[in-house]
Amino acid sequence: MSKRLQSNVNLALVVVFLLSAAVAAADFRLRDYCPPGFELTAGNACILHTLYDNYDSLQNAGVGGLKSALPPVRDGFSPQQIDLGRYLFFDPVLSGDNSMSCASCHHPALAFTDGRGRSIGMTGDATRRAAPSLWNVAFLQRFFWDARADSLESQMTEPLYSPLEMGSNPTKLLRDLGQNDAYVGLFRQAFPAGEGPPTLDQLYTAIAAFETSLISLNSRYDQYAHGYHEALTDDEIAGLNIFRSFVARCAECHTPPLFTNQQIAVIGVQEPDGLPFDAGAGDTSDNPTWRGGFRVPSLRNVAMTPPYMHSGTFDSLRDATEFYTLGRGHALPDEEKQRMILHWHIWEPDLGSAEVDLLVAFLGTLTDQAFLPDIPDAVPSGLRPVGTAPAGLNSLATGNRE
Amino acid sequence: MIKTLVQIVVVVALIMLGAVIGTRYASDNRATVVGDNARFAAANNAGGALTQSVGGSATGRVLEVRDGESIQAAVAEAGPGDVIRVYPGVYNETVYIDKDDLVLGGVIQSGAWPVLDGEKTLNDAILYSGNDITIENLHIQHYKGNAIMGQAGNNFLIRNNLIIDTGVYGIFPEFGTNGLITHNVLSEIEDAAIYVGMSDNIHVTSNEVFNNVAGIEIENTRHSIVENNYVHDNTGGVLIFITPGLPIKTTYDNIVRNNFIVNNNTPNFGAEGSIVAGIPAGTGILNMAADRTTIEGNVITGNKVIGILITDHMNAPNLTLDPEAEPNSDEIAILNNLMWGNGGDTIAEIKALKALSMVDDDVDILNVGTSTGSCILDHDRYPTVGLGDFGTCGFTTTADVVTYLLPEPAERREITADEMGKRAYYGICAGCHAYNVKMIGPPTQIIQALYMDDPQGIVDYITDPVKKRDDYPEMPPQNYLSEDVRRAAAEYLLTVTQ
Repeated sequence: MSKRLQSNVNLALVVVFLLSAAVAAADFRLRDYCPPGFELTAGNACILHTLYDNYDSLQNAGVGGLKSALPPVRDGFSPQQIDLGRYLFFDPVLSGDNSMSCASCHHPALAFTDGRGRSIGMTGDATRRAAPSLWNVAFLQRFFWDARADSLESQMTEPLYSPLEMGSNPTKLLRDLGQNDAYVGLFRQAFPAGEGPPTLDQLYTAIAAFETSLISLNSRYDQYAHGYHEALTDDEIAGLNIFRSFVARCAECHTPPLFTNQQIAVIGVQEPDGLPFDAGAGDTSDNPTWRGGFRVPSLRNVAMTPPYMHSGTFDSLRDATEFYTLGRGHALPDEEKQRMILHWHIWEPDLGSAEVDLLVAFLGTLTDQAFLPDIPDAVPSGLRPVGTAPAGLNSLATGNRE
Repeated sequence: MIKTLVQIVVVVALIMLGAVIGTRYASDNRATVVGDNARFAAANNAGGALTQSVGGSATGRVLEVRDGESIQAAVAEAGPGDVIRVYPGVYNETVYIDKDDLVLGGVIQSGAWPVLDGEKTLNDAILYSGNDITIENLHIQHYKGNAIMGQAGNNFLIRNNLIIDTGVYGIFPEFGTNGLITHNVLSEIEDAAIYVGMSDNIHVTSNEVFNNVAGIEIENTRHSIVENNYVHDNTGGVLIFITPGLPIKTTYDNIVRNNFIVNNNTPNFGAEGSIVAGIPAGTGILNMAADRTTIEGNVITGNKVIGILITDHMNAPNLTLDPEAEPNSDEIAILNNLMWGNGGDTIAEIKALKALSMVDDDVDILNVGTSTGSCILDHDRYPTVGLGDFGTCGFTTTADVVTYLLPEPAERREITADEMGKRAYYGICAGCHAYNVKMIGPPTQIIQALYMDDPQGIVDYITDPVKKRDDYPEMPPQNYLSEDVRRAAAEYLLTVTQ
């Protein structure tokens, strides 16, 4: 989208906003029941239950094999907090010019990504990296590709306030939320102990509550893991066996049941043409041996989230998979290779082309969107839900199930 | 392995020489008594056979596999308690066991073994994820990855196997609790022949490992005993490691005792970039960052670089450091061992450290890096370098420690029907059915009204659903859940109140 067109859209959104500023508070009521997967307790908390609760894991680390427990989950938010978070997540009022919502880069129809190699923020310029999927973030300990945030609350302040992303600021957020009767009422429902206008901490809590409700653990792979071996085809099982073999070694870092071990790994992927080298966690930690290191992403729903790697180097899952069999450091310029310590599992597994195909077939079994949340029909700001839609979606609001 | 940074240590230390010699190389802490038998408190000394809590129960059927047939077909048919007997012949397949309580055992007849042969095209011979698995009496050769790899299987028993040239590892259990590896022979493995990774409560005994890069490796693992093994002619004999960057961050309470660790001088043929590729050929025991390792009663001879090397992450080159993994080898105890003829043709870096410490003899034991709370029982027994901070052990033997294997199998958790039903209801049913709200399927309340005292009616319906309501899509069958789980979910659904 050209800058000019973008600013016209922004202008139109502002007009819509003004016209509908009087959205009635009564039009919004928060759900008093939990999202799918969660039990509502007597104390009004939503507690997650999954079949993986039947298992243990070594040192309670949430990594292992087929029948291993998940890592500790972040749950216990109230239904109202989760639902308020849902409205906020899809409301463009959270951006500086009311054009973008969280869903502009984390759209449910794209497994909470935007289909881009690098996300595009409010200015129309590309950011540095790709928007990661939000499925199963309730189990993650660190956030961002370079793992620089250790909570969802601290993570979200960066995209909210970065001029390259949503471009908002605390003053605007407090003003827009505090002057909106509907939001004031919803925050009171979600935070009954609080007084006065909505606070930033309440905003962060509500969005974290919604994000941690995004659970995807009912793929065909999961059916296999729980013991129904007919859930996968022979080819997919062959792919699973390559995935966990010590030749391909995929499962050593993309470890079940979450398909990430949540560590930093230096794998030596090249940047897309023309982009400078990205040192990743080497820049955001005091650990020089993490130069070029990134957080191992979960592979759940990976078939839905092209392009791949931290800045979208690979358009297809097959290309991303094939990267690992083309040789240790094959994609790096020599001078970078000398400066990096590649992960010891990056080697030359010498997989055949057919084996790469089988791996891709297996990765397709990790798709599950049974608990996809609804996009609200309307949000309290009166703006159009979602706002600027990510590339690849035909309309501003799709995927709404209601 | 220690090259690059040992060089740095040497340079720094040489600069300091003449002024102050680093305490590690000059101090003498032998008057301090360090540690006691409390370090073995987690051991299981009840006695009985080591096999009592591991392996398949062998209470079920016997399935026979003969030359020309498929082992995997038998695994697919097998149920808990079954025994698969593989007769002599050649089997070119990858066998995966994603079920519990199975014995996969070869039948050896007149010296003829069943042979699993990967012909250098197949990745792994045997992958298992189930608990209570026995794998025995198999000759496994020519795979690219592993002979036997376990992922999160507990209570495993791997014994009496011949494993030759099977790629990266021979026997590799990972994420397992309670396992016994005994009486196996392994050779020509390009990394560790027996590699226990991220596991707890392990016993490795009476194996012969030779002509591998690493003989036996205990990595990010707690509570193991490595004993009575014949570890010879590898590049490195026995490794006790914390490898940084793994999700399990600790290694402690491991005992290495009564092994023959002999002539481990084979040139390193590890893959480029692998951690073992840095091990100098001629290393007997290498302890990196692991804590509370006890070394006793071993015969450690003829390892030309060093008998025992104790180091930390900072002294290992090309290692990605992990802020969450403690990098030092602490509370190491070296009790009495027979050490002879080690260090006779050592590497330049160790020669420099010897010069620094004014040691002329061939050195049996070297410590580089900080090692807190460590001890040696008899300081005068071995030529050592870098052990000045080591105290004298306040205990003399591990003889009273029988095993760290568990008295009862791990994870035999009883799951009540109510727990199972709740997990299935919320984990699966609730994706379409909310209590009193219309979602994809009708509300739970309506289902409750229809099936009030009839959970079996629900089970029958969800097993093979038919379209019932115009305003809802047809329900997909839930037959991937076992009958027990479907029943538990149905019963739970009828009790939900909100």
